[in-house]
Amino acid sequence: MDNTFARCEDLVFSYDDESRDVLCDVSLSFKRGEFTAVLGHNGCGKSTFAKHLNAILLPCGGSVYVDGIDTKDEERLYDIRQRVGMVFQNPDNQIVATIVEEDVAFALENLGVPPEEIRERVDEALKSVGMYKYRMHSPHQLSGGQKQRVAIAGIIAMRPECIVLDEPTAMLDPIGRREVLKTVKRLNREYGITIILITHYMEEAAMCGRVIVMDKGKVLLDDVPKEVFSKVELLKSVGLDVPQVTELVYELNKYGLGLDQHIITEEECTEALIKLLS
Amino acid sequence: MIKDITIGQYFPGNSIIHRLDPRFKLVIALAYIVMLFAGNVFVSIITGAVFCIVSFALSRIPFKLMAKSLKPILPILLFTSILNLIFIDTGKTVFKLWILKITSGGIETSVMMIIRITLLITGTSLLTYTTSPIALTDAIERLLSPLKKIKVPVHELAMMMTIALRFIPTLIEETDKIISAQKARGADMENGNLVQKAKAMIPILIPLFISAVRRAEELATAMECRCYRGGEGRTRMRQLKASAHDFVAAGVTMIFFAALIAVNIII
Amino acid sequence: MAVLKTENLSYVYSPGSPFEKTAVDNVNIEIEKGEFVGIIGHTGSGKSTLIQHFNGLLKPTSGKIYLNGKDIWEDKTQIRQVRFKVGLVFQYPEYQIFEETVYKDIAFGPKNMGLSKEETDRRVRATAEAVGLSEGELFKSPFELSGGQKRRVAIAGVMAMEPEVLILDEPTAGLDPKGRDLILEQIKKYHRTFGTTILLVSHSMEDVARYASKILVMNESKLFCYDETAKVFERAEEISQMGLSVPQITRVFNELKSRGIDLGEEVYTVKFAKELLVDILKKRGKLHD
Repeated sequence: MDNTFARCEDLVFSYDDESRDVLCDVSLSFKRGEFTAVLGHNGCGKSTFAKHLNAILLPCGGSVYVDGIDTKDEERLYDIRQRVGMVFQNPDNQIVATIVEEDVAFALENLGVPPEEIRERVDEALKSVGMYKYRMHSPHQLSGGQKQRVAIAGIIAMRPECIVLDEPTAMLDPIGRREVLKTVKRLNREYGITIILITHYMEEAAMCGRVIVMDKGKVLLDDVPKEVFSKVELLKSVGLDVPQVTELVYELNKYGLGLDQHIITEEECTEALIKLLS
Repeated sequence: MIKDITIGQYFPGNSIIHRLDPRFKLVIALAYIVMLFAGNVFVSIITGAVFCIVSFALSRIPFKLMAKSLKPILPILLFTSILNLIFIDTGKTVFKLWILKITSGGIETSVMMIIRITLLITGTSLLTYTTSPIALTDAIERLLSPLKKIKVPVHELAMMMTIALRFIPTLIEETDKIISAQKARGADMENGNLVQKAKAMIPILIPLFISAVRRAEELATAMECRCYRGGEGRTRMRQLKASAHDFVAAGVTMIFFAALIAVNIII
Repeated sequence: MAVLKTENLSYVYSPGSPFEKTAVDNVNIEIEKGEFVGIIGHTGSGKSTLIQHFNGLLKPTSGKIYLNGKDIWEDKTQIRQVRFKVGLVFQYPEYQIFEETVYKDIAFGPKNMGLSKEETDRRVRATAEAVGLSEGELFKSPFELSGGQKRRVAIAGVMAMEPEVLILDEPTAGLDPKGRDLILEQIKKYHRTFGTTILLVSHSMEDVARYASKILVMNESKLFCYDETAKVFERAEEISQMGLSVPQITRVFNELKSRGIDLGEEVYTVKFAKELLVDILKKRGKLHD
């Protein structure tokens, strides 16, 4: 069977009230089980792109296929949404119910799953994000990171193949960020769920298997993190950062030190510096 | 601070009353209200009082809380009883001063009125004290579900109630923050006359309104992402199942009702 | 003389209720005039409660706060004056914008101060320029602007009161790297131009390390330390254990140290790391200009 999970071809999109194309000719495909980061400054079209993956938005030109289903196929709308779950930035604005477990059950109730099975899947989902003991809490008693994990559980309960996370850590403190990332990584590793992570944090992107950089509605770079981050100047020109260690190597290389520009982790940087200084 | 206000009156517990099926509780509460206002005044008050006291004792809700629930209606209670005292002109004149005349009929009516309203408020508060808002919403949705046949949007109404309950604490926190932020820019909310005070609310209400709209939009998208499509074909995780003691409670209520009717017929 | 000083400052939320919580516990601190202070601490460490005491939004349960040597709660009726002198920009300040034009929203603070029309106008224009808003944007509706621009309008609204102390709570939260650098550079420039004392609350150690000359660390309602930036980063280990993250570059150099390569300096910015390494390599003759 084909290993491609989602695929878009020459995707073009513009909002009704704007003449400018938010997405122009985006062609990308995602493999099953892949862990991809999408980078780009605010307004580069990355959130708009994400909303095409579960048919919240439909293309103005080109096509998007999810698990072989064309997202324009209205008959199969809920098949698509059940396969691709979405987590948003603001944890407060995506929790519907007043009790954690009721919220996690929300999607399954919408899909008409029998009550006993909902119970089972809700408990399982809450356990997989480590929030089972908070199941009877009300959302406003939780921290930002915990709320985001509840939101993820609400998606996991649908047993999706793919989760798209739109800046899920932007409003969280470092502890919350770590909690969420750990959870997402585990879901990818243990359940093989395809992850598409939109983020502004370069360290988060550095740990993914693949990084896509978007600018002005187009795909600028699409490669493994090492290759993407080695293009320091290009990234800076589109308003993005590189990890601090990459930046240091870049600065040092201006002196002709000839260090490997593919350094993106602390360990690699430490080794390189030891070599340099000994 | 605003944050300190408790939301809803739910008083968590595990008494027999707490564990009753919310649908039964709701229907029993309605029956109780009818009981209070049906037929002979004395009889209905006595039946109602017994019913109310027994339920309260079973619920193990502290007496203090019951007293608290009466506090806000105290002015209304006073006002109506004074009106009754002054304007009801039946029976013997007990007291007369210039055009003010208080009669025995007036005293009787106003005392009965006070007792009836007190019973009404304490009884219905017991319902909200022992039932969580979400259980109550659930019960309303299920009890009203036959109305769907005549195109009443029962599910949508219940959904709206749930979302409102969910967002009350969030919006209270937000209001608190906006007030602090405007105060930090020197907004003066304590001083000035009524017009100035009303004007001082603008910097709080506009941001709050805008934020509520933004939240609503984001929530709607999040709900769509989770396959929401109205009440059609929806199932529920939590099933309400009536158990033996729900029927016992309903039975007891029926007996009270029957007794009330019987007494009314005999008198 | 210290511009802000606290004396045994404590604050308890909902005292006497079951939810009682000491948010600030006996904090003594003196902040010198013209300083650029970074304030760090994890969520719930008491840092937000602390900064709301500096401009009199919260009244201490016990202890005192002095602004220019004067107890701010000595005369309760003058507390609004304190708020004009100590400007506080809350987290996500763009959510407090309410006027129909950018100009009017920035003018809200100066108007509350009772300033003349001319003075208000001068301040609105000066601060708009300081945060990089163009003349044309002044008369637009703030709701037409981008997220980053709205944020800058809100910050300008507090700057326009020309406070002696400017406190910013997470001014870069949720922005992209470009928007973040823009705002931080503008704050730095504002600090240099006006000599205003700046207190910058942030989760990002990278940002604090780059801009602050002193760092205040709050931990579990208590003041953990208040010292020169380099001195604070000497305690990187303890800071990490509090659930805060030290800059990636600091972690690399600490690792080098633990592996026997001690460069004799605390490294917490990329710029400094580069200079330090280039210096050493030059001395060793491994690098020529």
